[in-house]
Parts: sequence; C-alpha cells; structure tokens
Amino acid sequence: MEFFDDHKRLYRTAFLLFIILTLFVAIIPAMTNQHNNAPLPDASSLSAAARSGKALFISNGCVACHTQQVRNVDMDKVWGGRPGIAADYADNHRTDFWRNTATLMGTERTGPDLTDVGNRQPSLDWHLTHLFNPRIVAPASIMPAYPWLFQARDTASISDVIVKVPEEYIPAGTVIVATQDALDLVAYLQELKQVKLPDGVGVPAFLYGSIATTTTAASGTPDGATLYTSNCQSCHQQNGEGLKGAFPSLKGSKVVLDPDPIQLVDVIMNGFDARVSEGYGIMPAVGTNSHLSAEEVTAIMNHERSSWGNNAPAVTTAQVRKYLEEINAKAANK
Amino acid sequence: MRVLPVLLTVMPVPLLAATKGRAFFAIDAVEGWLFILLLLVIMILTTAIALKVRTGIIHTKSKRSDTAFEPTRFNEYISALNSKSIDTYLNLKKKQQRPTSGDLKGIGLLMIASLSSLPVASQQIDSSPSSLLQETGILITLVLLLIPVLAGLLLMAVKVAALVRRRNREQYLQQAAAFAHYLTTPDNPLIEEALQKRKRALAYQLHNKELAGDAPADDEKGLVGNINLHAGLSVVAQKQRAGRRPPVDPALSNLVMWYIGCAAFWLVVGTTVGEYVGIKFVSPDVDHVSWLSFGRLRPVHTNAVFWGWASLGMLGLGYYVVPRVSNVPLASLQQGWWALRLINTAVLLGSVSLMAGINNGGGEYREYIWPIQLLFGIGLLLTLSNFIRTIASRTTREIYISNWYIVAALMFALVISIVAYIPLWQDGLGETIIQGYYMHQGVGMWFMLFTLGIVYYFLPQQLNKPIYSYSLGILAFWAQILFYTLIGTHHFVFSAIPWWLQTVAIVGSVGMIIPVAAGTTNFFMTFRGGWHKLNNSYILPFFLVGVIFYFTGSLQGTAEAFRTTNLIWHFTDFTVAHSHLTMYGIVSFLLWAAIYAVVPRLSGKEAPQITVGAHFWLALIGLLFYTIPLMYGSTLRGIMWMQGKPFIDSVIMMAPYWLWRAIGGSLMWLSHLFFAYNLYKMMLGDDTADSRGAAVQRLNQSYSEIESTL
Repeated sequence: MEFFDDHKRLYRTAFLLFIILTLFVAIIPAMTNQHNNAPLPDASSLSAAARSGKALFISNGCVACHTQQVRNVDMDKVWGGRPGIAADYADNHRTDFWRNTATLMGTERTGPDLTDVGNRQPSLDWHLTHLFNPRIVAPASIMPAYPWLFQARDTASISDVIVKVPEEYIPAGTVIVATQDALDLVAYLQELKQVKLPDGVGVPAFLYGSIATTTTAASGTPDGATLYTSNCQSCHQQNGEGLKGAFPSLKGSKVVLDPDPIQLVDVIMNGFDARVSEGYGIMPAVGTNSHLSAEEVTAIMNHERSSWGNNAPAVTTAQVRKYLEEINAKAANK
Repeated sequence: MRVLPVLLTVMPVPLLAATKGRAFFAIDAVEGWLFILLLLVIMILTTAIALKVRTGIIHTKSKRSDTAFEPTRFNEYISALNSKSIDTYLNLKKKQQRPTSGDLKGIGLLMIASLSSLPVASQQIDSSPSSLLQETGILITLVLLLIPVLAGLLLMAVKVAALVRRRNREQYLQQAAAFAHYLTTPDNPLIEEALQKRKRALAYQLHNKELAGDAPADDEKGLVGNINLHAGLSVVAQKQRAGRRPPVDPALSNLVMWYIGCAAFWLVVGTTVGEYVGIKFVSPDVDHVSWLSFGRLRPVHTNAVFWGWASLGMLGLGYYVVPRVSNVPLASLQQGWWALRLINTAVLLGSVSLMAGINNGGGEYREYIWPIQLLFGIGLLLTLSNFIRTIASRTTREIYISNWYIVAALMFALVISIVAYIPLWQDGLGETIIQGYYMHQGVGMWFMLFTLGIVYYFLPQQLNKPIYSYSLGILAFWAQILFYTLIGTHHFVFSAIPWWLQTVAIVGSVGMIIPVAAGTTNFFMTFRGGWHKLNNSYILPFFLVGVIFYFTGSLQGTAEAFRTTNLIWHFTDFTVAHSHLTMYGIVSFLLWAAIYAVVPRLSGKEAPQITVGAHFWLALIGLLFYTIPLMYGSTLRGIMWMQGKPFIDSVIMMAPYWLWRAIGGSLMWLSHLFFAYNLYKMMLGDDTADSRGAAVQRLNQSYSEIESTL
C-alpha cells in the first residue's frame, strides 16, 4: 500500500493517533481534575515541620511500600473512615523547581497505608522508637531502620528529645536523641489525617462489603485476638507486656483485671494520658478512631483479661454497653 | 473395564450443571449421596458387564474346540517368522531324518508367541439412575451396602481375567502344535519354497552407497559448514555455530557493541542492587546505611534496568537493525555515540542522586529529577532523528515492519517523557493520572514496542524464513497503539481518580488481547516448520521463552486489570511478579536472543555454548522461582486483607515467599554474570576454536614481515 511505504505519512499518522489518545486519557483528565478540585474546607495545610518531613518521606522512598489512598472497597475500611476523594489530594503542588508534585498515592502496600496514620497512631514516642528500629515495637516488621535520623549521645540536654529504646539496641552508656529530621518526619506522619467531609456532602460508599469480616466463622462474634493484633499490639505487644518505659504492660494490670472494668472501656474508647509523668506515652482514642462497636470492645477486653496469665471473669456486651452509656453521659455533662 | 473412565467423565456433567452456584458436594445434601450412589451403581454395572463380556469370550473360545490349522492363514504365520527360526526348520528338513514332532512343535510355539491376542469387543452401556430415594439416611445405607458388593465384583473380575489369560495361553499352545504338525507334513514343496523366499527377503540389506557412490566426500563449492571434526563426548549438546555473514561496517559494529556492552554493565549493576533489595525483605537489618536503605535502592534498581540495561540494549540492536533493513548505512555514527554518552551519564547521575536522597516525587520510573531525565531524552531525540534520516534514505521501497515499531517506540517514549515532566497538569490528582499513563506507556510503548521491532527482524533471521504474516504485524501495531495508550490508570483502580477513567483503562486492558494474540500467533506461525531448529540453536530457546512470556505475561496483565482481581492482587507483590514476568521474561529474554545472534556477526567470535546454556537455564529457573511463589503468596495476602486479618499477620505469612523470591533472584543474578562473561568472550575473547583463521593471519603476518625486510 502506498501509505505504508511513505515514512513521513506513516510516522505522522502513528504519532498523531498517539497524541490524540494521550490528550483524552491523560492530559485533559489531569487538567480537569486539577482545575475542578479544591481542598476541603476543614483541611489545613501541612505545618513547616511536616513539609520538611514530607520531603524526607519522598527522598527516602517510603512510597515504595506505603500507600496513601483509602479505596472505595470494604477491605480498605481499616485504613480510614471513608474512601479517599479527589479533594483530599488537591493541596499537592509542585515541590520545587527541581522536583515534581508528590501525591504519594503509591502502588504497593508492603507496609500499612498511611492516609490516616495521624489518627491511628498519634504517639510521638512510638513513631521515634519505630523509626529508630521497627523491630523494637513490631518484631515481625520488615521495614528498614532509620538510625541516621538519630544520634547516640553520652548525655542529653534539656531540649533534646530522648528516644525510648531498649538497652540491647544501643551502645552502653549512651542515650538516643532524635534529630530535627526525625521530629519533622514524625510531624508529617502525625498530620496525615483524613479530613471530615463538610455536612451535607454525601460520603462515598465502600463497595464489595459482603466479603470482609472480622468475625470468626463459627460463632459470629468478633475475634478478640485478631482485633487486639490490629488495634493494640503495635504498642502493648503480642505478649501484652508493652515496652518498658514507653508502653505499659497489660499483664497483671489493675485496669485490665478490674472486676468492674469501666475504666478499661474508657481507655480503649477515649485514650489515656494519666501516666505521662511516669514516662509513658499518651494513648490515643483507639476505639473512637477505629469505630469499634460494643461487641468488638468486649472481645478485645475479654482477650486482654484472659491472656498472658491474666485471669479475670469475662465481661458481656450488655455490660460494656452500659459502661459506654455511663461514659458518654459523663462526657456530655462536662 | 475400559468403559469405566469414560463413564466417569461423562456422568458428572449433568449433575454439575444441576448444582451450579452451590458447593459441588456437601456431605449433608441428598444430591451428594445420590451422586456417590449413582457412581457405585455405575461401577457395579460396568464391572458386571465387563465380566459378562469376558465370560462370553471364554465361552466362544472353548466352543471352537477344533484347533486344526487353517492353510489359508499360512502367509500370515510365515511373515511372523525370523530368519533364525526358518534356518532351524530348514536344517531339520535338510537332514531328512524322521523328525520328531516335538522339535517342530517347539518352533511353532516360538512363532506363535509373537502373534497378538484377540481384541476385546467394546460394548455400549446405558443406565438410567432411579430417583425414587430422597432420604439421605437410606442413600447412605445403600452406599455402604454397595461398597462391599463392588469390592466382591472387582475381585471376581480379577479372577476371571486370570482365567481368560490361562485359557488364551492354552489356545495358543494348541494352535502352535497344529502349525508345527502342518509343517511336518511331507511332500509339500510349497512350504519350503515360501520359507526360502522369506529368508531371502529377511537377508536383504542396503549397502548404504546406493545414492552416495564410492567416491570420497569433497565439498567443491564450500557449501557445507558447521562440521564438528573432533566429535568426542561433549558435556552439553552441541548447537549450531554462528554462520559467517557479509561483514558489517567496523565503525557501526563498534558502536553497536559499545551499546550492548554498556547495557550488560547496567544489567549487572541494576540487578546486583535488585538482588540486595530482595535480600532486605528477608533480612531488613542487613545494613543501616542511608544510601543503601530500601526506599532509596528500589528506584535505583528499577531505573538502572529500565534506562540502563533494557533501553541501551534495545537501542544498540536498533542501531544494527534500522540501517540493515533500510539497506543503507546509518545516517550519523557521531550522533549514535553522543546518545550513548548521554544515556549512560543520565543513568549514572540518576542512580547516585537517588541514593543521595534526591527524588523527583516518588512516581515510579520518573524518580530521576528532570535535569537528569533530560539527558536521556536528548539521547532518544538524537537517535530518533538519526533513525528517521536513515529510513528516509532507504533503498528499499517498503519500510520493514521492524522500523515501524522501532521509530514509533522512540517517538512515543519522547511524548510520554515530556507529558510526565511538564508541570502544567501535575497538581493534585493530575499527578496521579499522569503517573498511571506514564508508568504504563513506558513499559508498553517504549520497551514492548521497540523489543517487538527487534523480534520482527531477528526471529525470522534465526529461523531462516520470512515472518509468517506481515499484515498480522501491522494489525498488532495499530491495535497496540489504540489499546495500550488507554490502560495506564488501571494501576489506580478504586482510587479517587474518575471512575470512567478507570473503566476505560480496564476496557483497554481487555482490548490488549488483540495485539498480544496477533503478535504471538505471528511468532509461533513463523516458528512452524522450524521447530527442529530449536534443538540445534542456542539462540532460539531465548526467543521461544520470550514469546511464551509475551503471551502469558501480557494476558496476565489483562487479568489483573479487572475490578474483582484488583481486590485480591492490587497493592501486593503480585504486581512485582507480573512486572518481572514481563520486563524480564519478555523484554530481557528477547534482547538476549538478539544479542547472542548479532554479536558473533560483528566480532566473529562466539561465546562458549556451555555458559550460554548456563545463562539461559539459570535465568529461566530463577525467574520461575522468583515469580510463582510471589504470585501464590500475594494471592493469599490479598485474601487475608479481604478477610480483615491483621496487617502484620499478612507480613508474617509472606516471609517464606519473600525468601523464595530472594533465591530466585539470586539465580537470575548469577545468570547475568554468565551473560557478562559470554559477552566478554564474544567481544574480546580469543576464539581459539577457529585456528584456521589464525593460521591464515599468521601467514599474512610473516608474509608482510618478509616484505618489509626486503
């Protein structure tokens, strides 16, 4: 055919076809998205510290393993309260003259999603220890350690942030101090929070809901051990002993074994900060953040009350419901 | 008994259809027990019928009790004799002694032993299951009752079969005796004549010189090549050596070899990094150096093998193919050298800057910042203009299909790089949409298209026949552009990017079946009639593996794009396995094939076949060890996520599969060392295998020495 033997016409046609398709599947949708989306009213820009933390996040390639997208499928519910929408990413702009925009959505979830990590794990202590060496708080983790974000010093000055690290991880007679980089990176992680949609805006639904379930097939009740692993283990550890000086032990804990454990319900739902003076971190409101139901809270409590040598009588869901009402009433009175 | 398996395969079909949508078998369901019952009844029926047939045979055989020999079957018997038994008989005959019938009977037995037994007549069986019984309990009882009945019947069948065999043996002996008796009947010259004739026929042999004649072999026109004169026992099968070809311009040769050499360098560097990154999944605390941390090394690996290994390898082969199929010299060698320098500089600077923590923004394959990627882009631009000018001055009328693919790949790679790096449409989700487009076009429009262009030249060349269908190649070309361009955003299914764009990407992924099927068909049909060459070539196996993975790897991509499969596989290492099946299984294998084909032509030297074999097998086995466990583990991981299992449990579950990945990766890495060694032997090694050339060279040398002293 004549056409196929004319290199100019052949290559121009192929080029044109590709350009037209590129316009329609890449450039036009990208520009439309860019122009039609603005940050949500409740969204706040990253702080200066968090911005430099984000730069560290980019340069260390964290996106290789951590996504930042809650998909609109039921299995992603564990990573956020609602599916991500275009507006969530609207505040991402070009980093600087040399570097492109970084929405950091990611394509691999070798590690957990970080969309809402600021709500899920707000503790500075936990993050610093975890960054120094993830194996301290999560023995099975395969995340790299980032010791170059920290300094080992003989003594720490008052302004230094000391990282709680077990003795076997540090040279004898030294303390581990977080550098500004480490603090910035944690600031970034702490600011990664899903923004509430404005009132009146329909929340997109999670699809494929029938598949996911945390209940055990046999009984139909939530599995306490699984819920504990998902929600509590990163601090209190699998053996319930926590980490000395950082996260309190649940083994033999008065709060856990209390025959009338209203305080335990309160701690799970609303967090705990009464032991900060002893050096322990602030516990976030795990139950509220993860939307735990009364059944799930009961399962976690019973797991804690009956594991690691703990031997307290089981609580019932009705009991927990009653406690929850009392706690809510008290909060309302305040 | 032979009908049983047939029945077993036929019967469950309607039952399956009846229970569609439910579990095929449930222990508390009537259907399940009914099925077992039916199965047992059928087995019993079959056994019973088989018994009936067998006993019927015995019956007819014993009825035909007269075992007299039928002379009409004489020739049939004779043809079963070998010359030794004929000799024995004739000797006996010659003695003209009163032969004892026993001797001859023995021979008869010998003869009969080679006759085959009667075939068992097959029977049609039909049975209709009764559906009177609906009570599970009764059905269970019936099943339990039928089991011993069936066992008894089976036992009986075995016994009867033995009886039949004994009966048959007796029958043969009787027939043999009858034949022997017939042979011993005196005054029958016909028998002897027939036997003599048979003996002569058996003795006839060709003397193997009917066609060749007696003259010693001589290759006057020099047509015979690839003769192995020192045929000893070789460690590996000897494959065909590279044919001698018209010489290539040494300057172009040099350029192509530098491209391929640099590509091999980046392959070794890039996969050393990849191997190390794979080890970090098993042993995360192997080092605590910021420059070697996982997040920084991962893009170093991917970019080095993309822009260093595969791109330079393709371009080097392109510099050979484009002028060759245009039948003109390359437009500008100088520009070729500049492109090589620029691309090498880009990969070197890019790798160092990524390790130093300078990253463009985390989007895969565009981690190099723009000043570095710009060097790469200029290299491509120079190459594109070089190739187009070469093609413009071609002396052939048509543009060979390879040049369609190669030039298109260069044009499209430039377009996607520009689209990916221009900041005008990169705010917010715009960045993600462009990222999806860029990362997949990089694979499909640059690597895949260029590699296909190379295959369209080298595969027919290695098979020594034209490509099966030019039009299929053209169809695949346009279909690839049409569908592949659409599929980028299938990496962000269920994300916040527009739903319609995700759907378009999925539809495009399905459309990819057309170019992939067309391409694969074309390559396999080109192979047709040349499969025997596979045996004798160390290059074609690389092509075959590449083409097979082209089909399976590409269609796997289609399968991964659907929304339901995204639930299981998205975000897991399944994607990693897939990208290795394609970038390694397709692109790398095809590039190796072309490199092993072209470098001996340029240098006149070949790699040792044993190390080429080692390269091939280590790469292939390594790839399978790498990908299969990873795909299996990732599927389990996706299911765990769907079941809402704790995330850390899915990390723990993956540990053995990550170990397998590291093992497979090690084999792959080892194969690259073999490849580097082979390339060294092909480019710089001394080809001691061919001493004839060296002898002539020596002669020339001494001749010129004499000349110079005169």
